[in-house]
Amino acid sequence: MGVISNGTTLLDAGAIDSGVPTGAMTLIKTLTASSSATLDFLNGASNVVFDGTYDEYVFKFYNIHPATNGADFTFQADTGTNTNYNITMTTSYFRAAHGEDGSGDSLTYDAGRDLAQGTGFLQVISGIGNDADGNGNGTLHIFSPSSSTFVKNFIIRSCTSYEDGIARDMFIAGYFNTTTALTRVRFKMSSGNIDSGVIKLYGIK
Amino acid sequence: MGLISDGTTIFDAGALDSGIAKGAMTFIKKLTADGSGTTLTFLNGSDNVVFDSTYKEYVFTLNNIHPSGDTVDLEFQVDTGTNTNYNQYITSTAFRAFHQEDGSANGFGYRVNDDQAQGQSFQRLLHQLSNDNDHGGSGILHMFNPASSTFVKHFVFTGQHAGPTHFSRQWNISGYFNTTTALTRVQFKMHSGNIDAGDICLYGIT
Repeated sequence: MGVISNGTTLLDAGAIDSGVPTGAMTLIKTLTASSSATLDFLNGASNVVFDGTYDEYVFKFYNIHPATNGADFTFQADTGTNTNYNITMTTSYFRAAHGEDGSGDSLTYDAGRDLAQGTGFLQVISGIGNDADGNGNGTLHIFSPSSSTFVKNFIIRSCTSYEDGIARDMFIAGYFNTTTALTRVRFKMSSGNIDSGVIKLYGIK
Repeated sequence: MGLISDGTTIFDAGALDSGIAKGAMTFIKKLTADGSGTTLTFLNGSDNVVFDSTYKEYVFTLNNIHPSGDTVDLEFQVDTGTNTNYNQYITSTAFRAFHQEDGSANGFGYRVNDDQAQGQSFQRLLHQLSNDNDHGGSGILHMFNPASSTFVKHFVFTGQHAGPTHFSRQWNISGYFNTTTALTRVQFKMHSGNIDAGDICLYGIT
């Protein structure tokens, strides 16, 4: 039996009609900051899926605005029911920069922002200005976070108006050095609250 | 007419219910260059183009952009409201990697001639495109929340093309339009001559 709604075929022969858009990228959860100390995505809670359902998970950050000028937007993960958010990471970090006044054009590896078997929170967007129109944006890909065999790789590209008046393009990658499934991801500023902003989590089939 | 299965609304009024999982990346518009035009323009509210707060992120994919002239740049700018000057202030960064087909040279570095510091020019995306028959340039441009009336508007771009002396070159461009006014239009063009062929697709991310 087919199903036609307002002249549009939606179901036919037991399947969604090929003309109905579906897609391989699924929105899982949206969190909106409002003077928030942390924003957490926890597998199995509040409709969050962060397990073997998808091979890749994508976090997107929109208009992240800190309460503290120059604070870094950071993240960590944890396993099981642990809430220490201190998984060991090894990462790389390089960035391009250019000032509104034409100064400071550069492409640099930043050894002060990477981790070598570190357990701290990792910078995702560095030095976001908190002037009224300052903000940071970006994308974080995590691959197979529920694997019980492999370390968990991730890739980040982000951009910001660095501490008011400098364009910054950041390239960050690394891995959580654990073969235990990750069950939760936390985002926070290095100092002060996340004044405003949106984080969305997607699954990629 | 709607359809409810086991108490769950599957669809209603000709569309899947918002509670049904579906794709988060929506195709909006494709523009194809036919060699006769100098620009390709996406205008919010016109010709089925959406470029407003419907989506937090917009993605342009550039596919096999081929210029009519040789060694020319693909560039873009935006504007607000009904303005068509395409001269918003941009501060941006630019760096690239390249490698010659014969292996004779390679390089990686920041490009001071391809960035802007509060500039109002069109922003270069692909520098020195070749018009060899089999050459083209491609890339992906992300724009974040262009309809915001609070924040400056950030963008990031990654592109790749074959160059006129037979090299492969990858570009990474990023920056922001330094305005808190909503952007309403985006224009792509060659620095000189026409866009001979190629297409640009616009997507929205839910």
